[in-house]
Amino acid sequence: MKFTIMINEGPYQHQSADSALQFCRSLLAQGHEIFRVFFYHDGVNNGSSLSVPPADDRLIQKEWSELSKEHDLDLVICIAAAQRRGLMDKDEAKRQGFESNNMIEGFRISGLGQLIEGGIESDRTVVFGD
Amino acid sequence: MATKKFMFVNRKAPYGTVYALESLEVVLISAAFEQDVSLAFIDDGVYQITKGQDTTGIGQKNFSNTYKALGDYEIKKLYVSKESLEERGLTQDDLMDLVWEDEDDDWAEKPSIIMVDRSEMAAVMAEQEVTLSF
Repeated sequence: MKFTIMINEGPYQHQSADSALQFCRSLLAQGHEIFRVFFYHDGVNNGSSLSVPPADDRLIQKEWSELSKEHDLDLVICIAAAQRRGLMDKDEAKRQGFESNNMIEGFRISGLGQLIEGGIESDRTVVFGD
Repeated sequence: MATKKFMFVNRKAPYGTVYALESLEVVLISAAFEQDVSLAFIDDGVYQITKGQDTTGIGQKNFSNTYKALGDYEIKKLYVSKESLEERGLTQDDLMDLVWEDEDDDWAEKPSIIMVDRSEMAAVMAEQEVTLSF
């Protein structure tokens, strides 16, 4: 089956960020297809490259980044939500006149249309949130 | 592009968190994709469409007028939980008059709000193909 996943909460703050990651791993292990993973609200923080949790804790953003690389996942961060929360890739940072950027490899920034398209194109859309 | 039945479930108060505001942004985009859109208002979500919202004093943008524009985007099915209203001491009179214009009936204004009880809400939800919860 083809899935689109929506993640609405940030890493460490809320279990839904971890649950979504575990759910995606499970889908892939069972041979399902993930059409897209869409990050919204504080969920955009799952794409930050500047997280430094204590050494004995998981690094959620890196786990997404590695899963994306391994399975060629389409991880999309909502641009409107990301702009509010100060998360940007190299191109967006340049466009906004910032010298630094903070998006980890494997994610891309795009619009809300990508979520709606995911809903249309997938057999199931699953939301992880509060 | 195919048309699917999308439902946006609004469960939270309009202010206090950003969920309601950002949910509306998704709703408006879905209309641009010409999908069959319904909204559900349950729990504190019913406060999103109450009359007379005034954000002076909390430093937030009052976006309640956006709900009045939904009819212009062909979004005309707003299901409101009767029990959620009652539990909060509200009635339908406390809600904004949200309408859409029926072009097949000389652009007559028709109500968008559909009051449903929990079992009716469950039946409407069961018909949906994509349900996004906020």
